[in-house]
Amino acid sequence: MTEHRNTLSPAHLARRHSAEKRFRVYGLFALGVAGLFLAFLLFDIVSRSIPAFTTQQVTASVYIDPAKVDADEPAKGDYGGLAKDAWRDLFPDIVDRADKKKLTGLLSSGAADALRSLVVADPGLIGKTVTVPLQVSDDAVLFYQNASRQLSDKEVIWLQTLSDRGLVTTGLNLAFFSNGDSREAELAGIRGALTGSLLTIAVTLLLSLPLGVAAAIYLEEFASRNHLTDLIEVNINNLAAVPSIVFGLLGLAVFLSFFDLPRSAPLVGGLVLALLVLPTIIIASRAALRSVPPSVKEAAFGVGASHQQAVFHHVLPLALPGILTGTILAVARALGETAPLLMIGMVAFIVDVPGGIFDAATVLPVQIFLWSDLPEQAFQSRTAAAIVVLLVVLFVLNALAIVLRRNFERRW
Amino acid sequence: MNDLFQNSVGLETRVDKVTASNVDVYYGDKHAIHDLSITIPDRAVSAFIGPSGCGKSTFLRAINRMNDTIPTCRMTGSIRIDGEDVHDKNLDVVQLRARVGMVFQKPNPFPKSIFENVAYGPRIHGLARSKSELEGIVVESLKRASLFEEVKDRLQHPGTGLSGGQQQRLCIARAIAVNPEVILMDEPCSALDPIATARIEELIDELKQNYCIIIVTHSMQQAARVSDRTAFFHLGILVEQGETNQIFTSPRDKRTQDYITGRFG
Repeated sequence: MTEHRNTLSPAHLARRHSAEKRFRVYGLFALGVAGLFLAFLLFDIVSRSIPAFTTQQVTASVYIDPAKVDADEPAKGDYGGLAKDAWRDLFPDIVDRADKKKLTGLLSSGAADALRSLVVADPGLIGKTVTVPLQVSDDAVLFYQNASRQLSDKEVIWLQTLSDRGLVTTGLNLAFFSNGDSREAELAGIRGALTGSLLTIAVTLLLSLPLGVAAAIYLEEFASRNHLTDLIEVNINNLAAVPSIVFGLLGLAVFLSFFDLPRSAPLVGGLVLALLVLPTIIIASRAALRSVPPSVKEAAFGVGASHQQAVFHHVLPLALPGILTGTILAVARALGETAPLLMIGMVAFIVDVPGGIFDAATVLPVQIFLWSDLPEQAFQSRTAAAIVVLLVVLFVLNALAIVLRRNFERRW
Repeated sequence: MNDLFQNSVGLETRVDKVTASNVDVYYGDKHAIHDLSITIPDRAVSAFIGPSGCGKSTFLRAINRMNDTIPTCRMTGSIRIDGEDVHDKNLDVVQLRARVGMVFQKPNPFPKSIFENVAYGPRIHGLARSKSELEGIVVESLKRASLFEEVKDRLQHPGTGLSGGQQQRLCIARAIAVNPEVILMDEPCSALDPIATARIEELIDELKQNYCIIIVTHSMQQAARVSDRTAFFHLGILVEQGETNQIFTSPRDKRTQDYITGRFG
């Protein structure tokens, strides 16, 4: 037998140490790059979105003319006319028709709507003069935010005058959170898309979680191993890799054409997204079920639990945190999904905030897509703001998942 | 039946509890147990010894049909408990496992409270009509597993927080809570230190007054200490069985002798 030396040469040792150090540097570099990208992305989006969260209004005295507003039917009055009159009264020396028209263009059509709701809420205002803030147009807002100069010199002077007279107030852009979509950038809001997204995701979750978990439990615990279950398994894995737009086509063919469900509805969107996330949930749930130590099930069998009791009393509770994590990841993916929803008409321009799963609606990513396509400059900041809202919704969902998981884990 | 509380009962006066005849077990193509026949007495401890992979655990798990959970496993021959075949169509496997409790190699308490661990069996079998009755069963089982004094102040604490030896006694308490007739123990002390092992062995000695206990063990000293009868398995064959004294002092088979003297295995 030859003698085996058990001492490492210093050179060998040094190589090993430097390899370890090198690996550390690689890791830190990768982490740094990822962090940098994330920071850049967040900074870019948030900084772009800031203008969308504020807006400017001009305080003016509006005479609610009984000739234009019928006291019996305050909702039907000519509020556009009232707002226009009040707006022009701010500049009594402008008489030229073309100038007048330009001036009116700086007022948002939202001013009339605000006036209407004010009077409808309190019809006693008819015949009186009220001092109200009037919403200015998106170009005027951009001017006050020093964002752009798409205005003529005259318009700039008028807006500057208003500002100098102290009539301009800057405030939180409440319209962005309370309105649905609009052609006017200063009136366009996220509420319709947000509600649509939440309704769609609710439908998705309610359908895919029970179905997915039930399928996973059956496949993992009860199904006999044969060619049929093998085939099903392979196909579930394949389905998880199918491009999402294919699910949109499926939804179009099945839910809209065959079952005749309403177009653009969160119900259909939720159904399509449920199909999309189902394979992911099944795979994640099966992995979670499989990771429960078999000793737990054996222990249950040992005291005479039936297979079903062993699974539902012992295996499932232990697998639940994993199942929830997988589900939340899948649902988060569904929340950001655009392509399949385009196919079932959730890409339509919808002004009303949906009231239920049968109403026409759009969702956040589709809204982002729609706004990003529009030429008006003010929609750029709206696009960024919608992304911020989408990210916040995702963070909230993930936080919720963590809380839920902690709660289930506390039961050991 | 007046010999029930005597430890030194002769072989001829013991009542047979488990009778296996011509049992063959296969895992797929592997023939794990060859033509095994054995009778196991009630109110006594029977030990199965033998080298790893000799089929002793497989046979143990055949008694309460735990092998059913392995898809490729099949069995021929018959195992009877009090004359009733464990594969009888009228006998539900769940009922069988309630009659034949099992303690595993690694302590495997449920990840629930100590109370819930013991209460689970009685609850799913509907053994307690009221909450107080259930509590009574839990306390009684913990006492019989000589664990009660150590855990009486923390019944709501997780069972997984106990020490290894306590966990194993908790598992024994869980098994006896459903009032079984037979208790199978699959190397119950292999994961425990000598002190915890001694406590479990003491416990086995007490429990045999009321139960038919079958224990698989790798420790020949343990088999010699706790068992009344010993069966030696080798390569899926029951080589020799008999009174523990006889097996350890005057084995009839060469292979048994080689094994207990440590020449192989």
